[in-house]
Amino acid sequence: MKKNIINDLNIVMDKTILIISLMISLYGFFILYSSVDGNEDLILRQAIRLIIAFSCFFLISQIPSTYFRIFTPWVFGFSISLLVLVMLSGMVGQGAQRWLDFGILTFQPSELLKIVVPMMIAWYMHEKSMPPNFNQVLVIISIIIIPSILIMKQPDLGTAILVLIAGALTLFLTGISKRIIFLLASVLIGCAPVLWHFMQDYQRARVLTFINPGSDPLGTGYNIIQSKIALGSGGLFGKGWLNGSQSHLEFLPERSTDFIFAVAGEEFGFLGLLSLLFMYLVLVGRCIWISSQASGTFNKLLSGSLSLTFFFYVFINAGMVCGILPVVGVTLPLISAGGTSMLALMITLGMIVSIHKHKNLLS
Amino acid sequence: MDSNTIKDDWKENKLFISRLIILSVVTIFFAILLIVQLYKLQIVDYQEFSDLSQGNRLKFMPLAPTRGLIKDRNGIILADNIPNWELVLIPEEVNDLDFTLDRLIGLKLIDELNKPRLKQLITSQRQFEPIVISDLSDDQLAIFSVRRHQFPGVSIREGLARYYPHNKLAAHAIGYVSSISVDELKIIDVSSYAATSVIGKIGIEKSYENQLFGSSGYHHEIVNAQGRVFQEELYPGVPSLTQEFNIEFPYKLPEPGKNIITSIDFNLQRVAENAMGDLRGAVVVLNSNTGDILSIVSSPSYDLNLLAQGASLEDFSQLSNNANKPLFNRALLGTYPPGSIVKPFLGLGALDSNLIDENTRPVCSGFFILPNEDHRYRDWKISGHGPVNLHQAIVESCDVFFYELAVNMGIEGINNYLRLFGFGDNLDLDFSINAEGLVPSRQWKEKNFNNFSDKIWYPGETVITGIGQGFALATPIQIAYANSIIANKGIGVKPRLIIGYEDNKTGEIELIPRENNKIIDIKDEHWDYIREAMRGVVVDQRGTSFSVLDGVNYSVAGKTGTVQVFSIGQDELYEEEELAEHLRDHGIFMAFAPYDKPEISISVIVENMGSSSLHAVPIAREILDYYFNENKLN
Repeated sequence: MKKNIINDLNIVMDKTILIISLMISLYGFFILYSSVDGNEDLILRQAIRLIIAFSCFFLISQIPSTYFRIFTPWVFGFSISLLVLVMLSGMVGQGAQRWLDFGILTFQPSELLKIVVPMMIAWYMHEKSMPPNFNQVLVIISIIIIPSILIMKQPDLGTAILVLIAGALTLFLTGISKRIIFLLASVLIGCAPVLWHFMQDYQRARVLTFINPGSDPLGTGYNIIQSKIALGSGGLFGKGWLNGSQSHLEFLPERSTDFIFAVAGEEFGFLGLLSLLFMYLVLVGRCIWISSQASGTFNKLLSGSLSLTFFFYVFINAGMVCGILPVVGVTLPLISAGGTSMLALMITLGMIVSIHKHKNLLS
Repeated sequence: MDSNTIKDDWKENKLFISRLIILSVVTIFFAILLIVQLYKLQIVDYQEFSDLSQGNRLKFMPLAPTRGLIKDRNGIILADNIPNWELVLIPEEVNDLDFTLDRLIGLKLIDELNKPRLKQLITSQRQFEPIVISDLSDDQLAIFSVRRHQFPGVSIREGLARYYPHNKLAAHAIGYVSSISVDELKIIDVSSYAATSVIGKIGIEKSYENQLFGSSGYHHEIVNAQGRVFQEELYPGVPSLTQEFNIEFPYKLPEPGKNIITSIDFNLQRVAENAMGDLRGAVVVLNSNTGDILSIVSSPSYDLNLLAQGASLEDFSQLSNNANKPLFNRALLGTYPPGSIVKPFLGLGALDSNLIDENTRPVCSGFFILPNEDHRYRDWKISGHGPVNLHQAIVESCDVFFYELAVNMGIEGINNYLRLFGFGDNLDLDFSINAEGLVPSRQWKEKNFNNFSDKIWYPGETVITGIGQGFALATPIQIAYANSIIANKGIGVKPRLIIGYEDNKTGEIELIPRENNKIIDIKDEHWDYIREAMRGVVVDQRGTSFSVLDGVNYSVAGKTGTVQVFSIGQDELYEEEELAEHLRDHGIFMAFAPYDKPEISISVIVENMGSSSLHAVPIAREILDYYFNENKLN
C-alpha cells in the first residue's frame, strides 16, 4: 500500500504523447520564428507560453481523472460565467470581444469551452446507461448549444464551430441512434438561414468567398489566394527555412496565427507538411487508442471526444489554409502563436495521459 | 442490478468502440482529403503558384528622401530639386544582369564606366529592393519606353534630380552631386541610399551630405506579373485592403534633408563673378564683423548641372584637362606668393617689436644690397623712392624699405607675425578643405629639402620674404581673413559659409553658433598707423591704387601686390609682352571698407595679367561700387 503511494507520486507519463507533442511544438517554434521575422519579443513570449503549457500538461497528467469528473459541473459553471463576463466587459481585440485581460496574460475563455463542453457531457452521461434516451439527448444538446451561442455572439465563429464539433463528437460517441443523428442533421440544415442571420458581415463575406475565392482577388478572397500561393510555391521541398518570400514580404495575413500552416508549407514544402500531418496523426492515434482502453463512461467519452476534436482542429485549420474549408479563424494546434489555445490543448493532452495512467493504476 | 450493469458495460463498450472506429475512419478520410489537396497545390500546380509568387506580390519600395536645398543668405535657391525620370532595376527580376546592363549601355542609357559600380551596388542590396541605376533625359526616356518589354526587371519611375539654377554661380562653394562611386559604397549605409543614385561629391554638397540627405523611408506596392501596380501610394490614405483585413502594411515616410542656408549674397556673388569674367583668379568677400563669406569666386568656373546630370567621359576630361583648371577651387586651394600685401603685416610686426617707428626713414635708391654680397635686390621703381618712412613705404609699396625691415626682423620675426594673421595655417573652414599656404622658416627648409646646400636658410631669402616673394604662399581666403583682422584692429573673425539649417517642413531655422574671435594684442596706435597707411594706398596721389579708386563715394583702404611668377635676371627689365602668358605677374589686391567702421573685407587675385591696378583693383572696385551703392539701396 505504501509502495503504491510512492508509485503514485512517481511521475507517470505517456512517452509517445510527450515526445510527439514536444516535436510538434519544436517544429512550430521554428515556423513561428520565421513567420515573425525573428522578432525577439514575440519569440520569447511564445517560449514562455510553451513552458507554461507544458507545465500544465505535466501537472494535469498527475491528477487522477476521478477529480476531473468531480469538478466538472463547477468548471462548466465557471466557464459559462466567464463567457458572460467577456460579453459584459471583455477587452476589444481584432474587432471581437474574446479576451479577458489578466495583466501579463490575456485569456480567451471561449477556448476553455472546447474542453469543458465534452467534459460536461461525459459527466452527465457517466452514471447513465448508453445510448442516452431522447430527453437526455435534449439535455446534452443544450449543454452544447448554450455556450456555442454565447461564443458566436462574441463574435468568434471559429471557436463556436469547434465547440459545436466537440459537442457533436461526444454526442456521437455516446452511441445515439442513427434516427436521432438524421433528425439532428436535418434540424441543423433547417437552421442554416437562422445561423446566417446570426453571422457578422465579415463571417458572411468569408463564407461567400469560400464558395468562389477568385471573385475578388485583392478583396475578401485575398487571404485564401495568398495562402494558396504560399503553399503552392513551396513545392515538394519548400523554399527553405526563413526563405518564404510570400511569408516574409508581409504577404500572408495573420501568418503567425491562423495562417502559419501556409508559412510551413512555403518554407518546408509538401514533404514538410506531410511529416507534420504524420506527427499529428500519430499523436491523435495514440490518444484514440488510449480512449479505447479507458474504463468508465466519463473517461471513455472525454478521452475519445478530446482526441478527435484535436484532430479536427488540425483539419479545420489546414483545410481553411489550403482552401477546402472557409476561413474561420481557427489556430493550428501547438504551432500557432496564442496562449489560451496552446494551454487548452496541453490540458487536453494532460487529461488524456491522466486517464491512461488512472487506468494503469486500477489494473 | 450488478449483473445488469456488467452486461451494460460490455454492451456500452462495444458501442463506444464501434463509434470510435467510425470516427477514426472519418479522421483518416479527412487526412487523406487534406493530403490530396496539398498534393494538388504543391506538386501538381506548383509551377503556376511559383510563377504567381514571383510576379504577383507585395513589393518593397524604398523611398528616397527629398534632398535639402542650398540657399543664399536671402533665401535665393542655389541648389534645387526638379522632377525627372529614373531608371530602376529590381535585382531578383533580372535574369542575366551583365547582359541587361550591356544592352542598357548599348542604348546609352547608362555609362559604361558606371558598370562595375552598378554591379556592386546591385549585388550588395536586398534582392527585392528596386535600385535607381540612372537618371534619364527626355531622349533616353523615349529610347527606353519603346523597348521596355525587352528589359524585365527594369522600369522607369518619377524622381527628383538635383538642379543648380544658376549653373556656374558659386560652383566651387556649392559643389555638386553625382553617381555614388564604388569607394563611396563602402562607407555609406547602402540600404538608406537604396532609392538614391547620387551623393555629394565636393563643396557643401559633400561636407553637408548627412544634413542634406535626410533619412530614407519605404512602402509597399502590390503589383502583378506584368509589373502593373494595383495599389500605389499606400500612404497616407489607408487602402481598402487594410480596412478589410486589419493588415498593417508597414511603411516609413522618408525624412527630407535640411536646407542649408549659406552666407553667400547671391547678387554680390554675381557681380563678383561678372567682374572676374574669363580671367583666371579668385575673389573672396567677407563680412569683416561676422566672418560671413558673402562671395567666393574661383575663375574660371564650371556648370554644376553638367556634372550633376552625369557628365559624359568626354565632358569630364575636357573639364579636368583644361589648362585653366576650372574644377580647381582657387579661392581655397590656390596658393599664391602674397607679394606686397605682406607689407602692412610686417610693418605692424616691426612697430610692435619696436624695431622702427614713424620716424624711421631709410633712403630708397632703387635697390638693396646685403652686406658682403653684391646681389642687387631691386625696387619696382628703378629710380627709387628716396627717403621713406613706414607710411610712405606702404602707400607707395616701396620694396627697399621692406628688404631692410625683413633683415632687421629676421625670418623668425617675419614668421611669427605672419602666422598671427593666419598665414601658413589651416583655417578649418566649415564647408571645404582649404590649403595652408606657407610661411617659410629655417626649420621648414631644413625639413623639406634634400640636398645639404638647399637645407640652409640664406640671408637673401629673408630679404625677398620681406616683399612676399620667395617661398611664402597664401590663399585668397587667408588674405581676406588677415585683411579683416587689420580692419577690425586685431579681432580675428573666422570666415564661414554656413549660417544655419532650415527645416524643410516648418521653415524653422537652426543657426550655427559662431566660433570665438581671436584677438591679436598689438597697441591701438600701431593698428591706426597701418590702417592709415592702407587708406593712403587708396587716397594718396602716390598710392598704388589711387588711379583706380579715386573719387569713389565710400571710404576704402587696401593694399596692392604684384607678384613675380618668373624671376628676371640681374639688370634685366620686365617686358610683359615678351613673356609667355603663364609667366606674367599676378595682380593681388586686398581692401576693407568703410574705412572708419569696416563692413567688408575683400581679396582679389588675378593670375598672369600683370600689375594689380590693371585688373585686381578694378574688380574690387566693381564689387565695392555694387556693395555700397546698389546692394545698400535694396
